Amino acid sequence: MAEGKSSFVYVTYIRTTPEALWEALTTSDFMRKYWFGVTFDTDWKAGGAWKMVYPDGSVTDSGEVLAFDPPRRMVLKWKHENRPELACEGYALCTIEIEPHDGAMKLTICHEMERTGSKLIEAVSGGWPRILANLKSLLETGDVLWRTKAG
Amino acid sequence: MVAYYLAMDDVFRALADASRRQLLDRLFAEPGQTLGALCQGLEMSRQAVSKHLAILEEANLVATLKRGREKLHYMNPVPIHEIADRWIGKYQRAPLDALAELKRTLEGEDHG
Repeated sequence: MAEGKSSFVYVTYIRTTPEALWEALTTSDFMRKYWFGVTFDTDWKAGGAWKMVYPDGSVTDSGEVLAFDPPRRMVLKWKHENRPELACEGYALCTIEIEPHDGAMKLTICHEMERTGSKLIEAVSGGWPRILANLKSLLETGDVLWRTKAG
Repeated sequence: MVAYYLAMDDVFRALADASRRQLLDRLFAEPGQTLGALCQGLEMSRQAVSKHLAILEEANLVATLKRGREKLHYMNPVPIHEIADRWIGKYQRAPLDALAELKRTLEGEDHG
C-alpha cells in the first residue's frame, strides 16, 4: 500500500437487479434488517449530510454524501464520533459501486484514509463482512443470516 | 444454486495451495499492494505470482482497484465469511431462531 494510506476493499456478488440493490442500500426499512437495526439519516443528495443511527437513537458515525449516482455509485465522507481514538483521525472515504457481472451484481465497498495504520479503517473493515453476508442473503433468499451484531 | 456451488468450488480450489494462502496472508498484513510489492521477498517468479493472483481474483478472494497506472490488490474476506455462514452460522442461528419463535408465540397469544 502507498505510504500514508489505509484502505480495504470488499467485493460480493448478489443475484439481484441494480435497482433492488440500490434500494437496499438507501432505504431505512430495508437497511435495518441486514445492518443490525442501523439506519442512515440522510436525504441522499450529493452535498447533503448523513448520520448512522442505532435503534436507541445514538449516532456513531456521520459525514457528507460526496457523490450519489443511482443505481451505480455513491461516495461518502465518513467520520466516527463516539470512540475518541477513532474520532480524532477525521474523515475517511467510502466508495460503494454496483456493476452488472455475469448475471449478478458486483457490489464493491472501498474504505480509505490518508493515514498509515488507521484505527477507523480497521474498525469499519471488521463490520462489513457480516453486513454484506446479511444483505446478500436478504436479497437472494428473503431472510438474513445474522440478527445480532455479536456472533 | 448451481452457480453458488461452482463459486464455492473456486474458493476451495484457490485456497488449496500454500503459495496462494501465503499471498492472501501478505495482502491481509498489508492491503493494497501492487504486483511488484507483493513479489518482494518471495521465492516465486513474478509470472507465478501473477498467475496465482488471477486464480485468487477469479475466486473473489482478491479484489483489485486501479489507481492511475497501478493495480492494487486486496484480500477479500467475503467468500470465506460465506463459507463460515454456510456451515458454522447455522449453529449460532438456532438459538436466535428459537427466541424469535418464542416471541412470536407469546406475542401471538397476547393479541389473541
